[in-house]
Amino acid sequence: MNINPFSDREQALALRELRTELLTTNIANADTPNYQARDFDFASVLRDSGVEMPRLRRTSTLHQPATPGGSLIGNSLGVEAKYRVPMQPTLDGNTVEMDVEQAAFAENAIRYRASLSFLDSQIRGLRFAIKGGD
Amino acid sequence: MSLANVFDVAGSAMNAQTVRLNVTASNLANAGSVHGDPAQVYRARQPVFAAFSTALGDEMAGSGVRLAGIVESNAPLAVHHRPDHPDADADGNVYVSNVNTVEEMVNMLSASRSYQNSIELMNTTKDLLLQTLSLGR
Repeated sequence: MNINPFSDREQALALRELRTELLTTNIANADTPNYQARDFDFASVLRDSGVEMPRLRRTSTLHQPATPGGSLIGNSLGVEAKYRVPMQPTLDGNTVEMDVEQAAFAENAIRYRASLSFLDSQIRGLRFAIKGGD
Repeated sequence: MSLANVFDVAGSAMNAQTVRLNVTASNLANAGSVHGDPAQVYRARQPVFAAFSTALGDEMAGSGVRLAGIVESNAPLAVHHRPDHPDADADGNVYVSNVNTVEEMVNMLSASRSYQNSIELMNTTKDLLLQTLSLGR
């Protein structure tokens, strides 16, 4: 049994933090010549981490299929950042596209908040169990 | 801690953009200045940015912005024939600085937008950190 009940969320948050930092670096270097924007794919990192994901069982074909990798869990140490392919190359060799980066940053921040609130409710649940009520 | 690193990175970007604004101000202030000696005329300056890694040995960690240097523009100077000018050379010519004011205005806008972007990054990160601190309360 997993001793730390929060370890999965913890890893997810660590990964989100790492992505925040990468995206900040991209935006900070928007005016740096020859800077190559980097990012990593959360879903593929999740897949590579080999952590077992809870699966939904479809008992009827009418049920909506569950798409894997909606949130969390990754090995924050083995993350490989990839270079972005710019949609519009610039003269100075910089591949930061501000709108793309800002969208990614906003999305990442929201998902970080989501992970936080999941963790928060998990803590609440545990406290509830420990105290045996309110 | 990763999130705290964001402040270093965004801070270095703000620093770099401040230098850029400063240089732009200096260019605009000296636009149109003249001198009789072409070697002494004010030439437009531009900062050059470069990325540098803030964290030790971690390739994944964020890299901030540093100032690689300030280069002077080598665009040709305009020559005006003004024999009555006190600084005019033997031929009665004065040389006008090569500051392009339109270019500088664009530079100023771009620097100010980039600065604002960095502030937004810091604000969002601050919110995330504060939210993390209040976890489980």
